[in-house]
Amino acid sequence: MHTDHSLSIQVNGEPRRVRAGTSLADLAADLGLAPEKVAVERNLSVVPRSTLAQVLVEDGDEIEIVHFVGGG
Amino acid sequence: MNMEFQMNIATPIVASDTWTVAGRTFRSRLIVGTGKYKDFAQNAAALEASGAEIVTVAVRRVNVSDPNAPMLTDFIDPKKVTYLPNTAGCFDAESAIRTLRLAREAGGWDLVKLEVLGEARTLYPDMVETLRATEILAKEGFLPMVYCVDDPIAAKRLENVGAVAIMPLGAPIGSGLGIQNRVTIRLIVEGASVPVLVDAGVGTASEAAQAMELGCDGVLMNTAIAEAKDPVMMAAAMKAGVEAGRLAYLAGRMGRRMYADPSSPLAGLI
Repeated sequence: MHTDHSLSIQVNGEPRRVRAGTSLADLAADLGLAPEKVAVERNLSVVPRSTLAQVLVEDGDEIEIVHFVGGG
Repeated sequence: MNMEFQMNIATPIVASDTWTVAGRTFRSRLIVGTGKYKDFAQNAAALEASGAEIVTVAVRRVNVSDPNAPMLTDFIDPKKVTYLPNTAGCFDAESAIRTLRLAREAGGWDLVKLEVLGEARTLYPDMVETLRATEILAKEGFLPMVYCVDDPIAAKRLENVGAVAIMPLGAPIGSGLGIQNRVTIRLIVEGASVPVLVDAGVGTASEAAQAMELGCDGVLMNTAIAEAKDPVMMAAAMKAGVEAGRLAYLAGRMGRRMYADPSSPLAGLI
């Protein structure tokens, strides 16, 4: 936690600052992502889509947000 | 026999001929990838021409800097086509399992394609890691269709630990070299009690037909269609090749002879 109440996290390997109290659903919305099209992993554990609004981001979190792309 | 008559016989057989993997039944025996296409529109057109009901997809990070970039799901509707998430690019069991846990959350289904690769140069499967991952995934409730070496013993081991389909390579991924070892593919088919699909190596329609003539339940391919000069036409060719091979397998080929045997009667020669 920083003095301005922001949290330092990593999203898909990139450093990012978010406000304290931000949920994973808020984070997805801030990034312009539709939660029904992505899957979220927080510190190596999958977060069920139904709980994204309840899970709050914590300082130091490593978050991965993935979706389906073309592949063989 | 004219062409129309042949089609009248063949079409109903193809239409009623289905295969089932982990309780899900499909008519098309062709599974196509969704990588390497010029754009999503070409990909969707090739899928349509292929008649495939299952597509493989990869799981990757979203582009956080451009969330409005076109997405695969905008062009290929996962409600109409079964998405089969893969673990392409995973070189150990842990990363493959992690990828598929996310895929399950993204898609909401358990049928997945497992591939654990051994090295970048050949993309040959690492069977020790593949077996380990298959066992863990099956225990977690996944239904893994497993990319593997063309080894009948390894195939049995995969089946024993919970693979719902065995998918031996015909040749290295993306090589288009065709089926290199017809003997081991046939042995895998004979020994398996789950579907067997040739996955990787097919380069053209005759090779897809060859896989089906060996008794495989299906064929999975990406590059052979995507890198054809006309991918949509090649997709149609692959559909025809798979159906031709399947019909030939069901029909039962003639025995091989060492020497000639005339088709016209010898009696009544002038």
